[in-house]
Formats: sequence, structure tokens, C-alpha cells
Amino acid sequence: MALLKAKGAIMIQLTTPVSESAIRALKVGDEVTVSGRLFTGRDAVHKYLHEGGQLPEGVSLQGGVLYHCGPVIVKDDAGRWKCVAAGPTTSIREEPYQGQIIRDFGLRAVIGKGGMGDRTLEACRQYGCVYLHAVGGAAQVLAERIQRVPNVYLLEKFGAPEAIWEFEVEGFPAVVTMDANGNSLHKEVFAASQAELAKYI
Amino acid sequence: MNLLADSLLELIRRTSAEIPDDVHQAIIASLENEKKGTIAANAMQLIEQNIGLAKSKSQPICQDTGSILFYVDCPVGYDQLTFEETARDAVKLATKKGFLRQNSVDSITGKNDGTNLGPGSPTIHFHPHRSNHVTVRLVLKGGGCENVGAQYSLPNEKLKANRDLDGCRKVILDAVLQAQGKGCGPGILGICIGGDRATGYEFSKQQLLRPLNDRNPQPELDGLEQDVVETANRLGIGPMGFGGKTTLLGAKIGVLNRLPASYFVSISYMCWAYRRQGVALSPEGGIEKWLY
Repeated sequence: MALLKAKGAIMIQLTTPVSESAIRALKVGDEVTVSGRLFTGRDAVHKYLHEGGQLPEGVSLQGGVLYHCGPVIVKDDAGRWKCVAAGPTTSIREEPYQGQIIRDFGLRAVIGKGGMGDRTLEACRQYGCVYLHAVGGAAQVLAERIQRVPNVYLLEKFGAPEAIWEFEVEGFPAVVTMDANGNSLHKEVFAASQAELAKYI
Repeated sequence: MNLLADSLLELIRRTSAEIPDDVHQAIIASLENEKKGTIAANAMQLIEQNIGLAKSKSQPICQDTGSILFYVDCPVGYDQLTFEETARDAVKLATKKGFLRQNSVDSITGKNDGTNLGPGSPTIHFHPHRSNHVTVRLVLKGGGCENVGAQYSLPNEKLKANRDLDGCRKVILDAVLQAQGKGCGPGILGICIGGDRATGYEFSKQQLLRPLNDRNPQPELDGLEQDVVETANRLGIGPMGFGGKTTLLGAKIGVLNRLPASYFVSISYMCWAYRRQGVALSPEGGIEKWLY
């Protein structure tokens, strides 16, 4: 299928904060690694920001990367946060909010799984953002790329899985499945698989 | 801690950190089947790497350690209340140790007290039998795959699905199409034909206790199970919905009687991170044998 990565394609390295031109150069199927700073945010955070909630001091999403993730985090013996599992959560639940958050907070990339819908795709095109797909369930491989957990925000309010965690990451792997040029791997695969299914029923 | 508490904690730890062998074999086979250099093959490679890492570090395969579902087969007269109290303690301790995520939220207030204990968590199903053996099976079912479960009421005009096995096939394949990407494929389907809205879903989850490589003793259901997997794997959905050859690793179908007015097909989708283990317990509550 045309959806498969071309042989010999290279891994593209992104470092936060990411420039708009670097984002606009990405295309569906590119494999990337992200290094630098990520913030997690999932259901509670999206609803909170959508309803006019303010980002806590210390959280900047400008040129930044938002990770749809509810990690397992424990405190080590020295009292530091340690991430023991951190794969992506399903992104489509944030579809009602994501476009607005990309626009208002200057996001350059959203990492999650399962892809998102037309409104998010349009916001990616308009404001220069991409959707990066991490492998769902691969919580250990992805947690290994988290070097440090310097901070957590809104922990009391939302609880550990829903809080905003700040991660310092090195070489976090993902695939571009929605680019800033209006292309979505999810739309392509859905349409192709639906057409294929029609042959067998 | 008593022996039963130790056993349940170990059951939770192992379920969260180690994929059962039957599932692991299927994952390895599908990794070999994907075309090298594709993003589907790379995703399967990462999944395989993740399985090894979780086991060696004794940490959760997936951060969503899911709904905690115990299935207990026990003799008549077994002390279910003590089991339940001990299971709750084991869940709380497993959460503190990071084998389970703080995963249970008050649906009205949104509060997460970090214990994983509350109404419906954990869920324990007791099945009494006329033998002295006690077996405990545990399924940890993540929210991503639970959200793509589906229940169809037949006939379904849009899908041209009538009240027969062909109608069941059509809605099952529709569920696979709709779940793509979201449920962390390649997936495994637990299916119930019949029952009511509650028992249908419940029985569909129980199908996930069957070993992946077993065969359905009813020939027409066995045929449907094989057909659903083969057809799904021709659709090009692939691992994580990236496109590719492996969309399903298995499908297991059970049947309940229905009312004349109802014809439900209930489908529970399990992600590749198929966390399911079980133990046979000694009379003192120690682990005698692992079941998968």
C-alpha cells in the first residue's frame, strides 16, 4: 500500500521548542524523535482549558509539544518523581477541544494515539502543527526516553493520570500521521479499509 | 501478610508486567509477517521490545492498567468476603508499588483518591463449582480498548445485518473497522451473541479468558471465529491502524439465549497488551500453578 514508509527514510529529530518551518516540512509517514521538554495533558486538562482555565505558572506550550498521556509515576527513595510507565492515550476524545488549544497556546505538535478528526487537522494546517502517533501500549519503551520529571501541575485538582506532568525526554519515537498540509494517515487507512471490507460482505 | 494476599499481589504484578505466552507467540508471528521497513513492522518491533522490557523491569506493560476484573472459581461455601477484602488490600498495595496506575475516579466529583478502590473497583466474579479447587483469573482491561467495544441490536438496516450468523459477521467486522487505531491493535475480540445488554457484554469479556490458540467446540462458531480474523486481516488496517497485515490476533465467540424480541451482538475489544493471567491456589492460598 502507498501508506507504507519508503525504505531508507531517515529518522527526523525534533527538539523543543520547535519552529513552524520545521513542522511544516514534515509529512505523513515520517518517523521522528522528540527531544527536550514535553507536557502531558489529557481529558481533564483539555476541558479545563476549553472552559477558560489558565495554564499554571511554569507551563508554556508556545512552540511546544503536548503529550496525551496519563503516566504511572512513583516517588523514588530520594523523593523525586520517577515515571515507570508512559504510553499514549486515545486522542480522539480531545477532538472537541484540540483545535482551539492549538490556536490559543501555540502548540507545534500533539503526541497521542489513534489520530484525530477534521477540526484538529484543519487547525494543524492553519496554525502549523502536526499530530505525532506514538505506539499505544508501549509504556516501557516510551518511559525509558523520559530522562527526568522536573515538575507536576494540577496534581491535587485532577489526580495523577490527569495532571500536567513536565517530562524531559531524549529521542522519544513517533510517526507523523497528520501533517500541517491537510494530510491524515487515519483518513486514508479508514477509507481504504472500508472499501476493502465492502468486497467481503 | 497472609499467603492469599501474597498470591494476589503476585498475580497482579505478573498480569500487569508480563504478557501471557499464548499472546506473546501470536505477536511474534505477526511481527515476522509484517513487511520489513514499514511503520507497521517498526511498531510491532517496538511492541516486542516493550514486552521484554516490562518483564525484565517488572513494570506495567501499558500505563493504563485498566479495569481490574477478577474471575474466581471456588467450592460451594468458600469465604467470598475474606477473598474480597484480601483482594482489595492487594490492589491497594499493588497501586502503591506502581504495578497499577491510580486509576479509579469518582464519576461525579472527578476525585481520584489514588487507591484504586471504590464502587466497581475491583470487580470480582465468583463462580461456585462442586470441586475443592480455587482458581483466580485476572484481566486488566485498559480504557482505550474498552471504549471501542460495541453492542449491536439486530437487525441493523444500515449494515444489512439480519438475525443470523451472517448478520453477526457483518456487525463484528464493522466493529473492527470502527475500532481502528484507537484500540491499540492488533486486537483480540471477545464476542457474545445473545443475552441482554448487561449479560451480553459480561459474557463477551469472559471469552477473553479462553487461550488464544484454542478452538471453539461448536463448528459454526469456530468457522465464524476463523473467518472474522482472516477477513479483518485482509483490510489493511494493521498494527495501531498504521496500515499493514495484522489487524486481529484472534476472535472468541460465546452464545447466550435471548428473548424473542432481542438479538444483541456484544463485542469487547482487547488490545495487544492483553493482560490476563490466572493461578490455581493451594488450600492455604498459595500459588500452586500458573494457568496461562
